[in-house]
Amino acid sequence: MTAWDTQKKARYGRIEAGSRFAEGKVVSKDSLPRFLDAVLKPGDRVCLEGDNQKQADLLAGALAGLDPARIHDLHMVQSGVVLPEHLDIFEKGIARKLDYSYSGPQSARIARMLFGGQIELGAVHTYLELFARYFIDLTPNVALIAAVSADRDGNLYTGPNTEDTPTVVEATSFKGGLVVAQVAEIVDKVPRVDIPGDQVHFLVEAKKPFYVEPLFTRDPGAITETQILTAMLAIKGLYQPYGITRLNHGIGFNTAAIELLLPTYGEKLGLRGKICTHWALNPHPTLIPAIEAGWVEQIHSFGSEVGMDRYIEARPDIYFTGADGSLRSHRAFCQTAGLYACDMFIGSTLQIDLSGHSSTVTTSRIAGFGGAPNMGSDPRGRRHPSEAWLKAGEEADPASPAPLRRGRKLVVQIGETFGEKNVPTFVERLDALELADKLKLDLAPIMVYGDDVTHIVTEEGIANLLLCRDADEREQAIRGVAGYTDVGRGRDRKMVEKLRERGIIRHPEDLGIDPLDADRRMLAARSIKDLMLASGGLYDPPSRFRNW
Amino acid sequence: MSSWYEASARQRIDALADPDSFEEFIGPEEREVSPHLALFDLPEQFDDGIVVGRARLSGQPVLVAAQEGRFMGGAFGEVHGAKLTGLLRAARTLRCPVLILFDTGGVRLQEANAGEMAIAEIMREIVLARADDIPVVGLIGGRAGCFGGGGLIAGCCSTLVISEHGRLSVTGPEVIETNRGADEFDSKDRALVWRVTGGKHRYLIGGADLFVEDDVAAFRRAAIEGLSRRAALDILTLADEQKRLEHRLKRFGAMTEPRDVWAALGVLRPETVSGLATEAFLAEGLHKRENAHDAR
Amino acid sequence: MEKLTFQFQTNRAAGGDKTQTIVGVVASGNLEVLLERSQTPGECSFEISTAAHGFGPVWEAVLSDFVGRSPVGGLKISINDGGARPDTVALRLAQAVRLIEEDKA
Repeated sequence: MTAWDTQKKARYGRIEAGSRFAEGKVVSKDSLPRFLDAVLKPGDRVCLEGDNQKQADLLAGALAGLDPARIHDLHMVQSGVVLPEHLDIFEKGIARKLDYSYSGPQSARIARMLFGGQIELGAVHTYLELFARYFIDLTPNVALIAAVSADRDGNLYTGPNTEDTPTVVEATSFKGGLVVAQVAEIVDKVPRVDIPGDQVHFLVEAKKPFYVEPLFTRDPGAITETQILTAMLAIKGLYQPYGITRLNHGIGFNTAAIELLLPTYGEKLGLRGKICTHWALNPHPTLIPAIEAGWVEQIHSFGSEVGMDRYIEARPDIYFTGADGSLRSHRAFCQTAGLYACDMFIGSTLQIDLSGHSSTVTTSRIAGFGGAPNMGSDPRGRRHPSEAWLKAGEEADPASPAPLRRGRKLVVQIGETFGEKNVPTFVERLDALELADKLKLDLAPIMVYGDDVTHIVTEEGIANLLLCRDADEREQAIRGVAGYTDVGRGRDRKMVEKLRERGIIRHPEDLGIDPLDADRRMLAARSIKDLMLASGGLYDPPSRFRNW
Repeated sequence: MSSWYEASARQRIDALADPDSFEEFIGPEEREVSPHLALFDLPEQFDDGIVVGRARLSGQPVLVAAQEGRFMGGAFGEVHGAKLTGLLRAARTLRCPVLILFDTGGVRLQEANAGEMAIAEIMREIVLARADDIPVVGLIGGRAGCFGGGGLIAGCCSTLVISEHGRLSVTGPEVIETNRGADEFDSKDRALVWRVTGGKHRYLIGGADLFVEDDVAAFRRAAIEGLSRRAALDILTLADEQKRLEHRLKRFGAMTEPRDVWAALGVLRPETVSGLATEAFLAEGLHKRENAHDAR
Repeated sequence: MEKLTFQFQTNRAAGGDKTQTIVGVVASGNLEVLLERSQTPGECSFEISTAAHGFGPVWEAVLSDFVGRSPVGGLKISINDGGARPDTVALRLAQAVRLIEEDKA
């Protein structure tokens, strides 16, 4: 007789084993190590919740403290490898295999451990791919998640930083897996139910909030004149002509500069209401002045941002908020929105090669992908038209009949020709290739593929790759905005001049922009304090960003 | 509004002085650079990080010195210090008031002996100038704050003007952390750093005389006011000042959190003080703050 | 520190009548540019002291473009560089030329 309910039975077994250390669903902090030891089995597929923002830090610490003689060979399937404990568990032999998405702060250590063979790598994913695989072939047996509060029935309030939680719980709980949540406190009634209690099996009271990294806070005080120039180029050379209303911004200083130029430079160009009205975007503090000036209609967010909660609650017309008034974020939905419902992704990168491939990998670091490639790619499944999408499609393929022509999402790389410490952004060969060789990866970790990139913006100008008709033109268009890097100085000057005549390359003067006008006084806020004041005192920046 | 915090030393002088009235002494074309930095293979600046000269302020002749906080943290070296010492000597000869636009982390490590001596010389010159009843007005609101020897020099001025971003102390947060550990003082907790060393706290405990918005025009107005403030410097005022500081130490010495000090001063809702805009802060703080320096 | 000197011929004399001007500060990633009117009108010379070694060809490319674009005949240009990127160098040079062209007060 075939048994058809082994997973359910296994879950009953785990619940039974765990209940010995719990009162109802509640496990005390002291019993947590013994509890985890009881519910986990060697070889389990485990999702330890954590991404580029929130972290189930208490559960991570407890997992790393387990005895590898008893719990070993775990297969970790999680968005972020961010906390030291996420790698400690591999060093100690508690976990063996890893499928993940983002590893920003641990990028050097994870590269060393991969190279040293301490981690068996499944794959590095984008967020959406990993979420998708949770439902196909990487469904967790156990999910260790984080929430703000819970009642005794297990109803969870995940608060403004809901992020990945509903996705992880959905995949785990409805497929026979066990869900364990760390919460800051257990309350009689949660402010709102983000996760229904019958999907949650155990609770641990951490007595402190889960850790959240203020990853999307950019201090306007650090924005340079060159970044302001690139922002002016983007607004006048891309946002305006394409009429970009639906978009996503990356987290660099160039895009922060764009956000801060909307109420000043954008206003001068008469663009309010015509661009930047609908966003898939975290609550960037640098967008506050534009919101206050009436530029923005609505924003859906992947997560929240430290210090922004009171401001968000006071602007429910702009953000998605729950019955309790606080933000409801949702990474999977927002990534989907960024992929399918946005006409533009614009972000910066570390390296771009002559085909337009870009990567944030250097030979000794693997930062993973996060969600940028979901946003920074042309969704071939898109079927609805928009002005920007159709215009870009026509530029790329003027010959096809319009009703049969695909539109194109604008995927824009913006940045200075040289990055930190005078390291060139433009290179002949990406470090990602060397890394792929070293680690024997099937794929080089490319953040945005060249055939998805439509424009490159640097202080030298804008290259419109949609208008390039062959690989040669494309290469020279890229060289033509690569400034004084070796790649830039290696340009065919005559050809670049011709590309400029055809409008494929546009310099500041071609757009009526004087680089000397790129002044910090154009920024709608020049400091974090200005942002706080612009929010009417509602934005409460973390201490590390203050100078008052 | 134009930010003092963001401006360079030269931009601050341009905004402070009457239009086109500034005349620089030992300008960059003289290339009077530090004799020490080359030995450490470090870049030089043509003015060694301090701009000195004469100008008019509201029609009145003044001597001005402005430190560039972004060059070596505005730190004092041999030439940098000598330029300020010379300016103060000229002030006594010409009987002309002096404005010092502080922006300094203290003494330059690479020329520490020369820098320390310069601090002592400058302090002596200020005391001598003040004995001749010449106002020496210090303005603090730059990126580097006013630390180390700069803090000592500031303490000798007849009037101190400070903005919220301005920081005034002797031992800086990083130095305290290095020597006593992060438990003693966490220099990365920037809100704490500003609560302890920042302009609002300095103003409330009487460490500075005038509190202004981070705006070049506001600094100009305060500098004009500072020139008209007379403060004697004699043995009686120093005795009074000693008494005041002893009283302050008794009152607040056991407190470790500036908000407790503000509460003890009677400031309403001390937890909101850091977030208050200038006007609201002055409305609350002006009459509740400690007496300013009796020696000023 | 690396010292570099360059000399360019140009037929466009610098405008204005100020004798000198200075922009920028020496800090990490930044530089100061001192312009002095002391050459013959058809020449422009550069003296650079830089913390970033081995960038001679990049300096030459940046300066040569700059001389081709801006009226700089008769200027002696001295630079103290704290390792600024080429875009920052180009920007400071342009700012300095605009400043020396402005009417003398």
